[in-house]
Amino acid sequence: MKGLVPIVGAVALLGTVPLITSSNVVLNFLVLVFLIALVGQGWNLLGGYGGQYSFGHAAFFGTGAYVTAVLQVRYGVNAWLGFGIGIVAGGVVGAAIGALSFRAGLKGSYFALVTLAFAEVLRIIASVAPITGAGVGTLITLDLRPEALQFQSRAPFYWIILGLVGVSLILIRAIEDSRFGAYLIAVRENEDAAEALGVDTTAVKLGAMTISAAITAAGGCFYAQYFLFIDASIAYGPWISVEALLAPIIGGTGTVFGPLLGALVVKTLGELGKFATGDAPGLDLVIYGCVLIAVVAVAPRGIAGMLSDLRRHFLSPKTAMPPSLRRDHG
Amino acid sequence: MFSADILIPAVLNGLVTGAVYALVALGLTLIYGVLHIINFAHGALLTAAMFAAVFAYKLLGLDPYAAAIFLTPFFFLLGYGLQRFVIGPAAHGEDRNILLVTLGLAVVIENALLYAFRADTRTINLPYAFDVIEVGVTFLAVPRVIAFIVVFAVALALWLILRWTDTGKAIRAVSKEKLGAELSGIDVAHIYAVTFGLGTACLAIAACLLIPIYYVSPNVGDAFVLIAFTIVVLGGMGSVAGALIGGLFIGVVESLSGFYLGESLGQIGIFAMFILVLLLRPSGLFGVRT
Repeated sequence: MKGLVPIVGAVALLGTVPLITSSNVVLNFLVLVFLIALVGQGWNLLGGYGGQYSFGHAAFFGTGAYVTAVLQVRYGVNAWLGFGIGIVAGGVVGAAIGALSFRAGLKGSYFALVTLAFAEVLRIIASVAPITGAGVGTLITLDLRPEALQFQSRAPFYWIILGLVGVSLILIRAIEDSRFGAYLIAVRENEDAAEALGVDTTAVKLGAMTISAAITAAGGCFYAQYFLFIDASIAYGPWISVEALLAPIIGGTGTVFGPLLGALVVKTLGELGKFATGDAPGLDLVIYGCVLIAVVAVAPRGIAGMLSDLRRHFLSPKTAMPPSLRRDHG
Repeated sequence: MFSADILIPAVLNGLVTGAVYALVALGLTLIYGVLHIINFAHGALLTAAMFAAVFAYKLLGLDPYAAAIFLTPFFFLLGYGLQRFVIGPAAHGEDRNILLVTLGLAVVIENALLYAFRADTRTINLPYAFDVIEVGVTFLAVPRVIAFIVVFAVALALWLILRWTDTGKAIRAVSKEKLGAELSGIDVAHIYAVTFGLGTACLAIAACLLIPIYYVSPNVGDAFVLIAFTIVVLGGMGSVAGALIGGLFIGVVESLSGFYLGESLGQIGIFAMFILVLLLRPSGLFGVRT
């Protein structure tokens, strides 16, 4: 598979960080970057490659988080097993929401609306249902053993989330190369034309949404295990839906490394904002919102798109398309 | 439990609340009908307008109904400017980009308010807030009755603008056939911005009607806008009459389900209906299937 080398190289390089520093600040920062990169990679498959913009990926993140936590706390299920079940549960929720909305023919803003509504319904249910701890939330009992997926230091968590990001990168790269990936991009570019050529567009979108939801749910499972506490507004809150789409859009939708690049930029900006003004609630999100608008306005293809434009510009000026021919659909 | 003595007041209260919902939905549906986008910043703009009304009262001593006279043109200009100078240029004419830009605006406005005013809820105490008038078998709060009447006046004014003024005709032309309108010499970017301004101005009026009876906090708009989405989808995207009827209907449904099921389950009822309508009939009950 082409493109495997940069992925393995990047992950291996990042994997050495805990060997160089044991600074909790650095590791914690990178763990959060990877978490958003993973959640964003899920969004990227459906939104970036498939063109279906979800505003409710919190539905999958929250499901992963709650399933992991509730299985452990209430049913004594092993944490590793709970993690796996959480990912599957996220995929099932994705498939269910996808089946309902794609069969009803929802696209564009309607799809964004219905995903948002599903996430909100789940948030309300989680904030009243006894099994989720209702308004109090769910606390995972402290049990610092590797069998319980809890560790004394941050390094193992770092490697786990980096490993998950690595798997998601390889998965997305493999999908890019596959027939399914080609169908998915065809759906994004022109759904009617893809349908006319015999692509089962509903099945393709449904498949993408299921995998997308499972990837994002893995982020939720990790969140629950890392912080050991979740409540309805964390797990199903709109903040995670926003971060899920922010990372790939800033990094570059429909590119393998876009979500990782975007997550790095977003989290760095958020930290700089906190550093500049003290930890004021809301400020980091103000910055994110401004960056989102600015990126859509000046670099619609994100950082990855900008980089590839620059490379094309400098390496082969003769074959570079003039800007007027690029992405200009009136 | 189902006796008329209980049912009629619940329905009347629902109708009165529903009128304000309808006004919020009216702005949303107007913008959708012309620009064919869902304005995800609608709730945040409503919150901003409510904060403006609270501060107009606290700092300047302006009664919310008087403040509406100043806030409405101000929010019209704000909406005009947002569409003309932020959303329009940033979106490059692509629907997906418009979704993202309005979402970005919502995030910025809501969190700027959170940063500036913290998560506290604020209310203002008006001398007439608890005055009631007798309507048939029940009593209704005066501010609610005022709101009900004003909403219908605004809807009528909006209809007259759209029906009889040159700008209104241009708005309808752009909503029907953008390219044709452009070829006939209509400045589409200007009309888009005017429409966005009108939709935002509706929010300023809604905010001034809400402040006497409601609280404000940085995310108060979310609750209203999700209800407004439901109304707009129910009434048919872009239909002014649909928004009015849908708003009243949702108000009654909320009032009755809150009465019989309790507060939080009543909320789910609205979402459940929203999802059902989206899935079964996305063009709405009054809309034309496209």
